[in-house]
Amino acid sequence: MVENRPWANLIAHIILISGVALVAFPVYVAIVASTHSLSGLLQGTLPLLPGGHGIENYTRMWQSGVSNAGAPPAALMLWNSFIMAMAITVGKLSISLLSAFAIVYFRFRFRMFFFWVIFVTLMLPVEVRIIPTFQVVADLKMLNSFAGLSIPLIASATATFLFRQFFMTIPEEMLEAARVDGAGPLKFFKDILMPLSVTNIAALFVIMFIYGWNQYLWPLIITTDPDYYTIVMGIQRMTSEENPQWQLVMAAVVMAALPPVLVILFMQRLFVKGLTETEK
Amino acid sequence: MQTKRMTYPGRFLPYALLAPQVIVTLIFFIWPAGQALYQSLLREDAFGLRSTFVGLENFARLFRDGSYVNSLSVTVVFAVGTTLLSMTVALLLASTVNRMIRSRSTYTTLLVWPYAIAPALAGVLWWFIFNPSIGIVPYMLEMVGYQWNHRNSGSDAMLLVIFAAAWKQISYNFLFFLAGLQSIPQSLIEAASIDGASPTKRFWTIIFPLLTPTTFFLLVVNVVYAMFDTFAIIHATTAGGPAQATNILVYKVYADGFVGLNLGSSAAQSVILMVIVVALTMIQFRFIERRVNY
Repeated sequence: MVENRPWANLIAHIILISGVALVAFPVYVAIVASTHSLSGLLQGTLPLLPGGHGIENYTRMWQSGVSNAGAPPAALMLWNSFIMAMAITVGKLSISLLSAFAIVYFRFRFRMFFFWVIFVTLMLPVEVRIIPTFQVVADLKMLNSFAGLSIPLIASATATFLFRQFFMTIPEEMLEAARVDGAGPLKFFKDILMPLSVTNIAALFVIMFIYGWNQYLWPLIITTDPDYYTIVMGIQRMTSEENPQWQLVMAAVVMAALPPVLVILFMQRLFVKGLTETEK
Repeated sequence: MQTKRMTYPGRFLPYALLAPQVIVTLIFFIWPAGQALYQSLLREDAFGLRSTFVGLENFARLFRDGSYVNSLSVTVVFAVGTTLLSMTVALLLASTVNRMIRSRSTYTTLLVWPYAIAPALAGVLWWFIFNPSIGIVPYMLEMVGYQWNHRNSGSDAMLLVIFAAAWKQISYNFLFFLAGLQSIPQSLIEAASIDGASPTKRFWTIIFPLLTPTTFFLLVVNVVYAMFDTFAIIHATTAGGPAQATNILVYKVYADGFVGLNLGSSAAQSVILMVIVVALTMIQFRFIERRVNY
């Protein structure tokens, strides 16, 4: 900063610390609540310090879930979430890389038409066309399956555009050199484009993994079989009960939030890159 | 739209490369959207056996229907509340972090992680701390004489979902504001302070105007977020209640279609929402073009 004002610095730290506290408070409460027994939570007001039932609650949620609320063990739901998130991420990245490659490195009929078809997906979020999409998936017999959970969500205009932008910045000479050396299109894609795109792929991977992991409405409507419940939607089953077992709900919330939060904390640079570039 | 100067010849390969993306888009995006358009012009009888063509009747009914008009106004309140709250907090935090030197990256890390938390979980977390019987916040509010109850009071429920939605979005806005602030040339600020402008004056006369592109971009993104990505927050907490006080448009599409089984009306609502998304996307793209020249 341009001038030194000790008081201003102190105030700035106070603002930031309260900001951090505000942001962390709900999660702190969840962690605390997940370490108490239900009766401990229900008597009077919420405790603000951890209790002694943590291991018990987490083990119970992990191994057996809340069967009378229709929630299977968290281990199963976390595994389902992981499969779904990975399928969505890998699917989105691969089909977007291929289509960006086609759009940038080939001239063919109906190129603009295809470009617009892909562009349209930006404008049709699943929430707004939920019922007809559900009907399509039901007609294709894809309810209660990992294919149904992931394939309808893997079309991605943003990833295609990002890769297109990136491919346009790759020098023309790369392709010329490759062609002189006799590399065909697939070899060029595999041995030159892919290695050059690693950072972009990684950055998008982080964003899309979080997107896939946090899916809610889609798994909620197309899974009726608890074997396919994902953790984020499974939690809703537990809270919609008459008297939710809050200590187990909160244990599940902490377990559901942990993987994507860890991804952000450990890959913060890739995350920021992915976020700022996909949205521009 | 350009390609490379030199391209590969290809009769079949480009189509094969595009096929997966285009097939998924056609089956799961374009076809359902067409179905929604088509169904919005039909009315099914009570057993779903026959449907008759009714033209724009479904749309006309929606706008005569008090609950749809209510949903529109609820959505406006929710979107404006969420956007203003999370952008204000994020701008305050970003401009404060930006004056830090050594602690900047620590604070940034501590502020960005909520981005990873699913909207549904954000809803459940705030639902829990505001729980009228065991929550911590109602307990504190009671000490100052306010009886919090989002189960009966529509305004309490609205505040609750706004808090949850805004909380989740703070980290996103924070990152973009911080990037915007860091792109402002330091020399401008130094020049102003040599001329004796106080930090507050510098903020309002230099920093804030130069942030306009970022602010405008975030406004659009936040409105889109509040309108379409917050389904989970509503569904996991208030379910549109009490008495439809938090029944935002995307939630109503789902509720009328899946729970109420009124397909014609739900399809008409889908079509209206698509029009809104298209409009917002256009605004966003127009603006991006302009920002490149900025």
